[in-house]
Order: sequence, then C-alpha cells, then structure tokens
Amino acid sequence: MEPGEIHALLGENGAGKSTLMNVLYGLYQPDEGEILVDGEPLKLRGPSDAISAGIGMVHQHFMLVPVFTVTENIMLGAERTRGGLAGFLDRRRARREVVEVSERYGLRVDPDAVIEDLPVGIQQRVEIVKALTRDVDLLILDEPTAVLTPQETEELLTVMRSLKAAGKSIVFITHKLGEVKAIADRITVIRRGKTVGTASPEASRDELAALMVGRNVRLTVEKAAAKPGKPVLEVAGLVVDDDRQIRAVDGMDLTVHAGEVLGVAGVQGNGQTELIEAIMGLRPTLAGSVTLDGEQIDGWSTKRVLRAGVGYVPEDRSVDGLVKEFSVAENLVLDIYDRPPFAGGLALKRDAIAASAKERIEQFDVRTSSAAMPVGTLSGGNQQKVIVARELSRPLKLFIAAQPTRGVDVGSIEFIHSQVIHERDIGTAVLLVSSELDEVLGLADRVAVMYRGRIIGIVGPDTPREEIGLLMAGITPEAATEQAEARPATDGDAPTSEEEE
Amino acid sequence: MSTMAVPDVAVAAVDQGFWTRNRKVGLVLLVLGLLAAVLFGALATDQQARFTLSEDAAGTALEINGTFGAILFGVIALAAGAALLAAVPKRWFLLVLGVGLVAFVLSFLCWQVSAAPAGQNFMPLVNIIRGTFILALPLIFGALAGVLCERSGVVNVAIEGQLLMGAFSGALFGSISGNVWVGLVAAAIGGAFISLLLAVFSIRYLVDQTVMGIVLNLLAVGVTGFLYERLMQTNAERYNSAPRFSNWEIPLLKDIPVLGPALFRSNIFLYLGLLLVLVIHIGLFRTRWGLRTRSVGEHPTAADTLGVRVLRVRYRNVLLAGVVAGIGGASYTLALYSFTKNMIGGKGFIALAALIFGRWNPTGALLAALFFGFADQLATYLGAINSVIPSQFLAMLPYLATILAVAGLVGRVRAPAADGKPYVKG
Repeated sequence: MEPGEIHALLGENGAGKSTLMNVLYGLYQPDEGEILVDGEPLKLRGPSDAISAGIGMVHQHFMLVPVFTVTENIMLGAERTRGGLAGFLDRRRARREVVEVSERYGLRVDPDAVIEDLPVGIQQRVEIVKALTRDVDLLILDEPTAVLTPQETEELLTVMRSLKAAGKSIVFITHKLGEVKAIADRITVIRRGKTVGTASPEASRDELAALMVGRNVRLTVEKAAAKPGKPVLEVAGLVVDDDRQIRAVDGMDLTVHAGEVLGVAGVQGNGQTELIEAIMGLRPTLAGSVTLDGEQIDGWSTKRVLRAGVGYVPEDRSVDGLVKEFSVAENLVLDIYDRPPFAGGLALKRDAIAASAKERIEQFDVRTSSAAMPVGTLSGGNQQKVIVARELSRPLKLFIAAQPTRGVDVGSIEFIHSQVIHERDIGTAVLLVSSELDEVLGLADRVAVMYRGRIIGIVGPDTPREEIGLLMAGITPEAATEQAEARPATDGDAPTSEEEE
Repeated sequence: MSTMAVPDVAVAAVDQGFWTRNRKVGLVLLVLGLLAAVLFGALATDQQARFTLSEDAAGTALEINGTFGAILFGVIALAAGAALLAAVPKRWFLLVLGVGLVAFVLSFLCWQVSAAPAGQNFMPLVNIIRGTFILALPLIFGALAGVLCERSGVVNVAIEGQLLMGAFSGALFGSISGNVWVGLVAAAIGGAFISLLLAVFSIRYLVDQTVMGIVLNLLAVGVTGFLYERLMQTNAERYNSAPRFSNWEIPLLKDIPVLGPALFRSNIFLYLGLLLVLVIHIGLFRTRWGLRTRSVGEHPTAADTLGVRVLRVRYRNVLLAGVVAGIGGASYTLALYSFTKNMIGGKGFIALAALIFGRWNPTGALLAALFFGFADQLATYLGAINSVIPSQFLAMLPYLATILAVAGLVGRVRAPAADGKPYVKG
C-alpha cells in the first residue's frame, strides 16, 4: 500500500478478503506469515494494536452499539476523561472532536443521535468518523456498498476521494466491478485465499471478472423472452408489521403472472423480508389479501401454503432454509418427509430418502462427498443448491426466491440463475427478491421497486440503473426531473485539483 | 440489523390508535381510584386515622377522618387516572402515575388505620420507613449485584447464592476473629467466590448462564448448610457468634424529623447500600468503566473492535457483583441475626425481580427494592393491627406488580442486548 492510495481488493464471496482484513485489523491471528508496515514487521495482538499502528476498519456489519449515541460510539475504547482514577468521561470534549472531524471531511452526523434511529447510510458515516477520530492512516472498508442505495454509494465514493486527497490510504473490499473501476488506483484480485493478480482500473470488466473467478463467466443471463400467462399471485392492499410492531409493508399491491420473473428491487429493510414472510404465512397480515390462483391464502399455515404449490428459498439459508446438523439427504426432504414415498406409517423410509437424494444431488450439481454429510459442512453455494433442489422438486405454481445467491460463488450463481429461468420457462410464476440490482436486472422480466413498504414503480429490466437507483431512494421519475433542475451538481465538490498534488 | 434500516419517518407514521400505553395505564388507575373511593370509603370508619411522626402513638401526628381520607385519596387517584386518559404530556406520565398510586395506597391506609381496633388506629411512620429500608436492604445489594453483572452481559441468577455465601462467611470469620471488619471482608470474598465460579464457567467454558446460576445457588445452600451443621451447631460459641456493627448516628441528618430517626441512626449497611446505588449509577453512566461495561453488555463485538477487552470487563464486573452481594449477605449476620440454614430464603430471587422492575438501572433497582420492602413491611403492620386483609395476600401483590411490569405495562423493559450471551471471538 502506498500513502494516499485507494487499493481495491476484489474477489468473490468467500475468497478470503474479509478474513485477510480481519487479520490486518488484529481480530484474527495469522497462522503463518507477517505484516510489514514501513518495512517493519508488525505484530498485532488485538485491534488496539492495529489502531495504534494507524489502521482503522469499517466492518461489513457495523460495529456500533445501537442504544448508544453517536458520540458514545465514537469515543468508546479511546475515551476522553477528565483525568483522575475514577475516569469521568469528558463528553463535551468528545462531542467537539466528533463535530470537528465530521466537518473537516464533510461527513455530516448528529453527535447526539442514537444509532438505532439512524438510517444505514448515516450509520456507515459514523463508522468512518469513528476511524478518522483515531487518526488512522489506513482505512479498510469491508463491502461498504452492500447496504447502500446507488445514490448513497455515489456519496461514499465522494467521501473516499476526499479522504484520499487528505493523504489517507484506503483498502476497499468489494465484489462489485463497477465501483472498483470508478475509484481504485490499484486492484488486487483474490481467489481462494491467494492473490491471483493485480490490475489497473483501466482493465475491462470482463478481464477483472475472469481474474476473480478463474475463467470467463457470463455476466448476463441468457434467456428467451417471457410468455406471461394468467395472474398466479395477487397481493392487494397488504399491510404487515415487522418484529418491532412497526409498519413494514404498507398497503402493497403486486401481481405475478405465470411464466414471468417479477424482480423486487430495493434497499434492504424496505419491507421485502416482511412481504415474503407474509405471503408464506410466516408473519400475520394486518390488512389486505394474498391470492394464489384465485384462492385466498392469507391466514393459511406455512405448510398449507407450501402444499398449495409454492416453492420458497428463504433469504437467510442458515437460519430458515436448512437444519445444519441434518444430512444433505434429510434436508432435501424437509418439506415432504411425512408423505409417501418417504414415510410409511410412523416411520421414515430411509432407502427412499437416500435414493431420491442421490438423484437430486446429481441433477442439481450439489458438490458433497456423500448425501449423509451434515449440510452445514458444505460451502455456501452448495448449501443453496440443496435448498433450490428441494424447492424445485415439487410441482410449483409460484416460486419465491429471496436473495437466492447471497454469499454464493459465481459458479453456483450461474447454475441457480439458470434454474430460475428454467422454472419460468415451464410456466411457473417467479417472485425474485434481491438486494443485488444486477441480479434483479439480469433475471427479471419486470422490475418492481419497493420503497417504505410499497411498490414505488414497476419498470422493465432495460431501464437505466440510475433511474432505478432513484426509485430505490424513493424518488419517482417525475420528482427526479424537478429535483435535477433545482439542484446544481452537489456531487462535484470533491476537490479534483487537490487530488493531483 | 437489516430491520434497523427502517427510516424514522416510518416510525412516526405508525398510528397507535386511541389506546396508547399511557391511556391503558390511566384506565387502570381510574378503576383503582374508583374502587378506592367507593369501597375503601364505605369500609372506613368515622374514627381518626393517625399517622404519627414517631415510633409509637405519642407525639405529633397527621390526622384525618377515616371515611373522608379514604374517599379523598381515592378521588385523587381517580383524577390522576382521568388525567392520563386525557393524555397528559409524556414527561408528566411518571409523575402523575406516581401521585395516583401513592393516593391509592393512602386511601387504603385510611381505611385500614381507621378500622383498626380502638387504641391501635395509628401508624407509626418512623417504624414503617425504617422497616421498609431494613427489609429492602438485601434486595438493594442483590439488585446492584445484578446490575453490575448483567450490564456487562452475564446473567446473574446466582444472587441468592452470593448473598447466602456472604452471610455465612461473614458470620464464620467474624466469629473466629471476633472482629466485624474481618467478617465484612470475609463476606465480600465469600460472595466473590460464588461469582468466580459463575465467571469461569459462563465466560470461559460457555456454560449456560442461567443454568449455572441455579446450580451455584444450590451449591451455596449445600455448602453453607453442611458447614452450619458441622461447625456452627456443634460449637455456636466459637463459630456462630459474630460481633455486630453498632448503629452510627449521622450528625445533623439524624435530627431531620421522621427520616432522621428512621434512617440516620442505623448501621453501616444501610449507608453503604445507599452510597453504592449512587456510586454505581454515576459510574455506569458517567465514567469510562461504565461506558465500556455497557458496550460489552450491548454489543461485545463492537467493543472488541475498539480494543475493549470484553472478557476482562466481564470477569471484573462479575467479581464486583459478588463482592457487593457478599456484603449484602453480611447485612444479616453482622448486624441482625446469627447464621441459620438457608437464611436468605429467596430474597436473591426477589432482588432479581427488583433488577428487572428497575430496568437494569441502579436507581430504578433501589426504588423497586423499596417498593418490595414497603409491601413487606405493610404486610407485617396489617398483621399487627388485625386487619381483615390476610397479610399473605398483601405480601403477594408486589410480585403481581412485577409480572405486570415485566409484561411491559409500565414502559418497555429492555435487557442489555447481549445479556446471557457468551462472547466468542471470530
């Protein structure tokens, strides 16, 4: 790393990017090898060593105490005290420092706000301020854009440029090629824990992708035009609360036709999770109706919904999708274990389960040494294939896939995508929810953008990303044109002249 | 984490309907006030209800006609309920609720005192207040031990065991040495010993903290019971006759009417307990130690990434909790009674309830402990004046109140987020 450089660390999920950075931040201990800072080997026993060596990190999952204020979070671990044994906190001074740093780098935060009341983008800003108050020279950003809208991402890139101008080095971990090309000075590509190459930002997307996965991959999904049939899923006026009794889905209407993929795009936390859970009978609906093939299914038990011909890939496979300790074979029949041919009388028919498992492991390319392995020992991609295999083995009317490729390697992504398209082509209605805009645009025949519990717009998959990004931020095209006229380019305040110094 | 992204605008937009929590509480208070005014008013007699400012019937007293008082205070409670129902501003909520509840209790007392047998229709306030604090004292220490532990993320169900071990070792070493201070230190160490076991097994070996706490309580009962029979019963003279702290009068404060004789002519434990509430409250919210403790109890991973040593903070707090509870145990054996088998008798669990009722806050825990202590004291008093209300019924009420409180009727009760969750790196 050079001073004042933005170095992108590019790699697939599970390639070892985050692990490497956690070692650099002192959270994990290296088994072998050493870290050099200014030519000196550095021994990190914990994060406090890393901080004093000038290394700061913004974690993928924010490291903020939700019930603390911004100031409290920022001063934690490096508290300003009024001296003396008791260690009384000097809140006023800490607060002043927060204000100072946030003004110096243009990172506006309210020092007295409580974290849990802040939107994700602001929380991330707090994380960056937290690192900056510790006088770091090297800032590690671990997948910082995963939870941001395209506009917030743009803001973040601006912030990164101004940090660079101030002489800070930044390690930018991501698997999104576009962002890398937009901002990085140098790119290191990692695959399976090894550096496989460095590249300059001038390299083409295809080159970078090839380095990342080790072979040429299709970035787009090949598919024929959809032949939408009759409506299968109809959601009307649906109202659902989240776990905290706060309205998450707020009067939502949505129709999915047979033989089409409807993609739901949106920033996480705009009610996507609650919508899917309500359709699946996992969460009570407060108002509105859900109909499947003309039959009202809201209020049904989940089992009944599944039996009615709904396939479901939950967004968090380790919590809702699989029983990790159970074998692959058992996980493959979790939905129909109590029916023939897998059950007879009170007993499970082990032979039938094993035989069907073998068949499906082959059909869905699940890489496991045996069907008897606990499913938790498989890689993320193969675990996901087990779920897809299970859900697609029943005759379906509706297939719901929530974040179907989260934390999955590129090879498996391709396979899962082709399965989704295949399911569409045999006439199933597909409802796809994903926080990866690329995935939604690649698979969907229609894109519904969800914002604060409602569909704010339905557009075609060839709509420009910018327009969808604005929709994700709650700005409809009409409002956007008005705003564009009223707003002189605020994004342009990154001092380009200073960058050249 | 993902649900936290809901913008606050959405929160504000949530329509709670007419029946907000405040209104529900107001309705309950209104009904209670009505009950008090009508029922207590009808049952009260025309005798004067006297609340004497001393330890007996003598001296100045606040007097009120029984029927009039019961109805008056009932109506006040009713008015407070009506005010809540009419939606007073949020910051007035606790004050109005407090006034209403106190008025309800006063209405009840007017009935009880005026209906007591002739010659007994007085209530000595000094005795009542002193008794309340004495009965609350082990709860205060126990609940503070809970605060220290749970704010750092370790569930402390072992308060009972810590109190018992403190009481036992205080008695034993106090007797052997013949010195109260040695006894006090030994009590602290005894409590810390139970804490050490809790810390090692729950922090290091990741044993379920609740299960571990229960096991430790049983262990403390077993060990102290065994040694009590073997040592103390065979040679009570030598092993179970600890010297006791005498009462210290605090200059000036002791002359305050009512409160002076009730509180400031007491033994060291009462002063220590009140002081600890203050110290822990300030420590928790105004010092570096407190900030780190709370961060470890809420989000240990975040604390770890900032260089806070999570496990060390937890060890330290759990041990401190043992020290505090151990001293609380000694408030029995170095001030009031000699040691008897299982003498804590469940107070540790009541302290746990006080901790929750007090929302993991030292001052809240103090108020909850005093509330329990008062109910306990009132039950004793009503027994003494041959009340028609069975004292056991009254003794039950605080726990009913705790259940209602924990169920969320008096505001949202939120435990530290990482309470009970062991921290494993990576």
